[in-house]
Amino acid sequence: MKKVPIYDSFTEGVKDGIQTVFNIFPALLGLLVAVGALRASGALGILSNLISPLTTAIGFPSEAVPLTFMRLVSSAASRGLLLDLFAEYGPDSYLGRLVSVMMSSTETVFYTMSIYFMSVKITKTRSTLPGALITNLAGIIASVLVVNWLWG
Amino acid sequence: MLNYIWGAMILTAIVVASFNGRTADVAIAVIDSSKEAVTVALTMLGVVGMWSGLMKIAERAGALDKFSNGLKPVIKFLFPGLSSDGPAAKYISTNMAANILGLGWAATPSGLRAMQELQKINKNKDTASNHMCTFLIINMSSLQLITITIIADRALHGSLNPQEIIFPGLIATGFSTIVAVVFVKLFCRSRKSNKVSP
Repeated sequence: MKKVPIYDSFTEGVKDGIQTVFNIFPALLGLLVAVGALRASGALGILSNLISPLTTAIGFPSEAVPLTFMRLVSSAASRGLLLDLFAEYGPDSYLGRLVSVMMSSTETVFYTMSIYFMSVKITKTRSTLPGALITNLAGIIASVLVVNWLWG
Repeated sequence: MLNYIWGAMILTAIVVASFNGRTADVAIAVIDSSKEAVTVALTMLGVVGMWSGLMKIAERAGALDKFSNGLKPVIKFLFPGLSSDGPAAKYISTNMAANILGLGWAATPSGLRAMQELQKINKNKDTASNHMCTFLIINMSSLQLITITIIADRALHGSLNPQEIIFPGLIATGFSTIVAVVFVKLFCRSRKSNKVSP
């Protein structure tokens, strides 16, 4: 370890950090507005209803579908839905356990992508989105399998 | 890509809302979300600022070098051609370490710095490089070992054993990370246009 001027370094780092937040604010605002509009329009509910026959066919509870979508977009909004499910079904129910495991093995793909790419002005994202979606799908499938195995 | 996704989200919201008669709700939601963005950004100013400050100290003191030394084999495997002593490797290692430990807010500053460093060595400035694809896909595969927030939320709602999800969570996270590694090894490879700049 070297000797460093810690306070000067700290304040300099904070300056960088603040700059970063300013740089990502447009992406943050854009995304939160789009999510807010989608939620308020009722589109999420319709989407869940549309694909629920498919998900029930493979044994995935339809109550968890909106959360699965929201998880990709916003961690604050998905946490809201998670708490709703905990309140309604209890954290120790099958559904409560499943969504807990699912939340811990998935990420906010759209949020992360837009903020990270926005900060360096990348518009062509190549295989990043399909890769992230496949990875998150793997996390969801693994969650269902392991919860079924432990508590099913 | 994000242009289409964002456009689709907004368009869907407007179309669905006009059929549902919920246009007023959407208008309110848009205003509320804008306010929420400011609240989130203000919180971020504090927390990201604080972590960036601490990270700067760690960087100057050489602690980041220690991190990246430990993760060198991983970096070499995932990012072939990237200098494992360079600043990009350093920030990627820090970001991974913070993600593994579940320090989400601490991970963001190093992640963004990693992107900036990767952009410096990127040949096509509007196109994601192989390293960027790899970094982001691994990052978004969920690396964190223990999700404290979910355990806390479970406890809050009266779970008898809030931490019982740690083990299944580890398995699911491990699986998604394995899938991410396989994916980047298969698809985040050089195409003709990117061959020169890895």
